[in-house]
Amino acid sequence: MGLVLLVVIWLITFISAYFFIAKTWWLPAGASVAAAGIDHHFSTTYILMGAVFVAAQVILGYFAWKYRDRGSASPQVQYTHGNNTLEITWTVLTLILFVGLNFMSSSIWASERFRPAAPGAVQVEVTGMQFAWYFRYPGPDGKFGGTKPELQDASAGGEGAIGLDTTDPASKDDFVTGTMYVPVNREVEVVLRAEDVIHSFFVPAMRFKQDAVPGLAIHMHFTPITTGDYEIACSQLCGLGHYKMHGILKVVSQEDYDKWLAAREAEKQ
Amino acid sequence: MATGEFAAHAAHAHAGPTSWIRKYVFSLDHKVIGMQYYFLALTAVFVGMILSLLMRIHLIWPDATLPLLGEIKPETYLSLLTMHGTIMVFFVLTTAPQGGFGNYFLPIQIGAPDMAFPVLNMLSFWVTALAFIVMIAAFFVVGGAPLHGWTGYPPLSALQSSGPGEGLGADLWVISIALFCIGALMSALNFITTTLDMRAKGMTMMRMPLTCWAWFITAILGLLAFGVLLSAGILLLLDRNAGTSFFVPLVTINGQLAGHKGGSPLLWQHLFWFFGHPEVYIAILPAMGLCSQLLSVFSRKPIFGYKAMVYAMLSIGFLGFMVWGHHMFMSGMSPYTAFAFSIMTMAIGVPSAIKTFNWLGTIWRGRIRFTSPMLFALGFVSLFVSGGISGPFLAQPVLDIQLHDTYFVVGHFHLIMGVASIFGIFAATYYWFPKMYGRMMNENLARWHFFISLIGTYAIFMPMHYLGMAGHLRRYSQLTELNYLHGLVPLQTFMTYAAFVTIAGQFIFLFNLFWSMKFGKKASDNPWEATTLEWTTATPPPHDNFGGHMPVVNNGPYEYSVPGEARDFVMQTDPALVKGH
Repeated sequence: MGLVLLVVIWLITFISAYFFIAKTWWLPAGASVAAAGIDHHFSTTYILMGAVFVAAQVILGYFAWKYRDRGSASPQVQYTHGNNTLEITWTVLTLILFVGLNFMSSSIWASERFRPAAPGAVQVEVTGMQFAWYFRYPGPDGKFGGTKPELQDASAGGEGAIGLDTTDPASKDDFVTGTMYVPVNREVEVVLRAEDVIHSFFVPAMRFKQDAVPGLAIHMHFTPITTGDYEIACSQLCGLGHYKMHGILKVVSQEDYDKWLAAREAEKQ
Repeated sequence: MATGEFAAHAAHAHAGPTSWIRKYVFSLDHKVIGMQYYFLALTAVFVGMILSLLMRIHLIWPDATLPLLGEIKPETYLSLLTMHGTIMVFFVLTTAPQGGFGNYFLPIQIGAPDMAFPVLNMLSFWVTALAFIVMIAAFFVVGGAPLHGWTGYPPLSALQSSGPGEGLGADLWVISIALFCIGALMSALNFITTTLDMRAKGMTMMRMPLTCWAWFITAILGLLAFGVLLSAGILLLLDRNAGTSFFVPLVTINGQLAGHKGGSPLLWQHLFWFFGHPEVYIAILPAMGLCSQLLSVFSRKPIFGYKAMVYAMLSIGFLGFMVWGHHMFMSGMSPYTAFAFSIMTMAIGVPSAIKTFNWLGTIWRGRIRFTSPMLFALGFVSLFVSGGISGPFLAQPVLDIQLHDTYFVVGHFHLIMGVASIFGIFAATYYWFPKMYGRMMNENLARWHFFISLIGTYAIFMPMHYLGMAGHLRRYSQLTELNYLHGLVPLQTFMTYAAFVTIAGQFIFLFNLFWSMKFGKKASDNPWEATTLEWTTATPPPHDNFGGHMPVVNNGPYEYSVPGEARDFVMQTDPALVKGH
């Protein structure tokens, strides 16, 4: 039985580890400034934890087989209640490993979340509602106009869906789209809002995720570095249509972005 | 030991009831109540398991028409996952290890004739049973069961108009949880008092089996955590029905103002996870205690580092209350607090690792008997390592950006809080069945059950980590909408087939359980040659546990293979071992 257990535990370990090492399924290719740092730290954590995982399982299987009861052929059982030196050693080592890992990643977290977006960042307001994302741009004045919950009407779509207050002068040049356009290599400041329940704005390729919470306007930022179309998903359960609440982020050249912006603003006139 | 001990014992030496109702239904006997909890959990686990199977079927064959249920719609899928999670967490993982085995064996293992408050004990079971009935009733009301997930985040869970199932079904869901909290609070008080006041002569705290330590610490966690959830539940009920706005700000649903103002959705998350994270330890601590015990019994070797194990469990319990924010890194909570919660969470990994080292230290140079409880205890260690190792990923906010709300999280908590705890429940069942029923369970069937469960579990939950890394979000009822999910469907298909096999394997256990009650091989009073007090008494134990006399404890709980002793185990009640071994 000890041998069967050893084989089963080792097989499970090696097969699981194989798919991690072969990267058969892996993080999607990163397309933002933050991605490289995050992915690097993911790999570091993963190599260290992977080593612990394999070592612990291999030892477990080996001990189960090695110390199986073999009747009179078994050596004398080691009568011991433990070893304080060992206890202290592995406590300290684990503490250093775990807390050390955490400190290694703290600078990335700080640059993602402690630091506000730089002045001059592209501004986009993202509004989540059952079950769609809307994106608002402030227009030439660079200012978002006010919104009011009592004006929100999903059936109206666009400006009506997010409850834009048209009496506010700052809202005159605001425009609302269903696809998010941003220029490449520029920081994007995202203001996240939700109208009804909690949603979560997740762009896997940008390594970007943040809940949009009713009643809060959450300011975040990211910098895309590769042009292309990227899927946006809702990652917080928001109701029966949660699975289909998705959108597209289009990262384009500055030139194309300016053209697109001009066309939208012209429509608004 | 405390003064007044004999008076306390005398008060509990009540005569056994004679009527069927008082003996088996409204019983005051902790052993009967323990079994009642156990069978409640057994019913719940099969309900929860069938729900999970329906989800797995729907993910792979979304347009399949099922008998009785018809087609599974997106909202039905969400109801299934809500009820699966709630039933499993509350009525299985919290109920079986603590209410079931804790009730039955804590008093016997510490040498007490019953729990400290037998009437309270009976009440806590029946309130819990009522909670279960209310929970199941949610399936049968107009609109069906709620779809807001087991975490029930408002405003989704607070607004009747936010989706199907958020009407009466959601009310019943909240009421059931509130009732469950009341039952759990009463039970926690009982466990704490019993452990502190009812120990037999010589049973010092540091001579208690680690199972008792685990139940004791779990009860303290329960006392502190369930009160908070109860309050949160009542506030949610008020938001839903009395027009208050604890958790709901000014929002519109489908263009209609919902009529609330000024509440905070994050407040619920703080309250919920202040309960929710200790709850993880409420589920796993009893399994830790039990598996420590079993590794020692079946390696014929003292537990490695008894004190370290006790201190590790105490630190897990203590730190467990300081880590709830790691569920909220992406919630909009201050990123500075995220940093603090992250450090505490990494720190709680340390006592967990200490336990793993000590388990390996216990079997090292032992003489392992591969009985069915031992197989499940070894399986527990393997699952605990696998489920634990993904913790440091999720504990770091930077990595949580990508992994939060993906299948990576689902894989993580199913391995550690779900299946590892359930392996603890299986181990406990195989281990104590002979004491409870006087017969052995069938070992061959148990081995089949073990290997199918171990391999099946890994086949279902390990791929979830791969899915999560690829960004596959949880709680998605269809995999068709996002392009990047398409390539992951084959993995989902594999997991569904693995679930079929694993669930089929559980019927081997069910058959073995009921078959052995009637036809199992007769068991002796101490079939495993173990040392703790339950093995010193008759099988099954008499109404007052020790047949009129009170045991006197002279030794620690894990004296195996003591040099110079005739047998390879020394009972706790045997004459005191000479110090200095």
